[in-house]
Amino acid sequence: MTLSQNEKPMPHQSLTSMSVREALRDAMAEEMQRDDSVFLLGEEVAEYNGAYKVSQGLLDAFGSKRVVDTPITEHGFAGLGVGAAFGGLRPIVEFMTFNFSMQAIDQIINSAAKTLYMSGGQMGCPIVFRGPNGAASRVGAQHSHCFASWYAHCPGLKVVSPYSAGDAKALLKAAIRDPNPVIFLENELLYGQHFDDVSQDPEHVLPIGQALVRREGKDVTLTAFSIMVGKALEAAEELAREGIEAEVIDLRTLRPLDVETIVRSVMKTNRIVSIEESWPYAGIGSEIAAQMMEHAFDYLDAPVVRVTGVDVPMPYAANLEHLALPQVENIVEAAKSVCYRS
Amino acid sequence: MAKSISVEEALKVYHDMLLIRRFEERSAQLYGMGLIAGFCHLYIGQEAVVVGIQSVLQPQDTVITAYRDHGHMLACGMDPKGVMAELTGRIGGYSKGKGGSMHMFSREKNFFGGHGIVGAQIPIGTGLAFAHQYKGDHGVCIASMGDGAANQGQVYESYNMAALWKLPVIYVVENNHYGMGTSVERSSAGPNYYGRGQGWGIIGEKVDGMEYLEVVAAARRAVDHARSGKGPYILEMDTYRYRGHSMSDPAKYRSKEEVEGIKEKRDPIDRFKDYMVKNLKITDDQIKVIEDKVKGVVAEAVEFAKTSPEPEVSELYTDVLKEEISIT
Repeated sequence: MTLSQNEKPMPHQSLTSMSVREALRDAMAEEMQRDDSVFLLGEEVAEYNGAYKVSQGLLDAFGSKRVVDTPITEHGFAGLGVGAAFGGLRPIVEFMTFNFSMQAIDQIINSAAKTLYMSGGQMGCPIVFRGPNGAASRVGAQHSHCFASWYAHCPGLKVVSPYSAGDAKALLKAAIRDPNPVIFLENELLYGQHFDDVSQDPEHVLPIGQALVRREGKDVTLTAFSIMVGKALEAAEELAREGIEAEVIDLRTLRPLDVETIVRSVMKTNRIVSIEESWPYAGIGSEIAAQMMEHAFDYLDAPVVRVTGVDVPMPYAANLEHLALPQVENIVEAAKSVCYRS
Repeated sequence: MAKSISVEEALKVYHDMLLIRRFEERSAQLYGMGLIAGFCHLYIGQEAVVVGIQSVLQPQDTVITAYRDHGHMLACGMDPKGVMAELTGRIGGYSKGKGGSMHMFSREKNFFGGHGIVGAQIPIGTGLAFAHQYKGDHGVCIASMGDGAANQGQVYESYNMAALWKLPVIYVVENNHYGMGTSVERSSAGPNYYGRGQGWGIIGEKVDGMEYLEVVAAARRAVDHARSGKGPYILEMDTYRYRGHSMSDPAKYRSKEEVEGIKEKRDPIDRFKDYMVKNLKITDDQIKVIEDKVKGVVAEAVEFAKTSPEPEVSELYTDVLKEEISIT
């Protein structure tokens, strides 16, 4: 944990291994240290140290003025956060999971996202809505919902969904410093995963809107975000064993989407598979398919293929849940199909 | 009327209320002429509420309301030209013509909208109060809603948090007796809006919102309470809107006699004028000076709103995101 104000910043080439959970906590701690107007608001964020322990230690470090436990009242506290942002503060609003943000979505879209435009540029709403998004494990339909395409649909928002701990930290810091409302989609299953890419430099911030090529390859492009990046990398390993070199792009930001990086990759591979755990209909993959039609049509040697969650509410039964989510074999199969390999 | 007021203050109050009345009358005309479009909710009849509350505020205080917002903006001291030009969708409007009647803001005057979603302004106002408390600027937030919005769930989520954290917010329920076309009797079980904070220990009082000095006295009690750190306060203003819910509403859900009766017996401007004449010996000439001045201000606003150009086509794409990263 990097809470000490006097701690000397290390050069950002110096990378540390830590869990996504710790990286997110450090991002918040560093930004709260840096800017008094940043505070954390949400259910169980303070005394309980976070429902998923992401805010571990923050109450002790910053006190109850800046780490605020709310009642279970998502619509209300999301709106309160928006008002606090209008009033000059920089709230980080934690949803225990993004499933509950549906209670608050009016405040997120109508109040946070649209007011800058509706005010002719006067207002602005520097706020971060963050929390775990998408499927966890065996929690059923109402608690396993990916909101990436919902929020990415809306102008006035930025939507970030990191994979690694280093990205989680550097992008959350960027989100907190951003003058716009940012939806920051985390993943419960990634919280405990360790990555050795975390910068300890408090000024290391990644720009929102830049994808990362996590593995280079010449035969097929795989795009993914959040936990699906891991699946895509696993699939790429398997494909390599069969002689297919997949390029894996971690989208990192869903709005604005880094179309340029995807197009550049497709110009090389001429094939693309989009991977997401959410539903297929009007999903992120649909957008990528449309973007490729518009910007890379002449480079495509095969139709864009989407690997997505199955178009059903998430089942509880273990076997059905497994089938409902994209698995490595689905990605391998899709990649082979666009390479016309069986 | 129990409370007293100086001649100078009274003339200003009369000016401010009359400005809202005349502004709204001209808005209706411009709407009829097709210069204003879409939704347009007039404040006629409710003028004493905003002018009274505004009179006890300090510069750092914040104000937020729903979509019947023209009166609040004028009471806050926003420029009638900028408000009217927003109604006509011109570049000279407060939102450069991109907001319209329901979506106007002024950072300068601490007016935070102007919100089109019924009740959404209440958690936001509670958040503005949170910011006052957090920054320690001794400000309070006036968060207004109608009797219709008072049945939204988020209002009660806000009451709970405001009471829990003793936030400096005054919830003003402007009870004009109709949420669009539905009377309070048909929408609200136990329509004592002022008492709806009882479960959280929030003090509430019902006020004759058509009586300027009563509004001021109650607003002062509420604002003093909130500013001193004692938490939220509810003011239910018993008021009345003379026009329909919006310009497209002929208001057939209430009788002509009901509306005329209120206009005759309770009109806030007439009542205040009577008070001035009787108690402060203000003369017809002094009143005429105010009326002429208001007429001029409104005429100027209309002229500006008619002649200000439409926004440039390039404005379509601006103000979606703030691009600069602020370093604080």
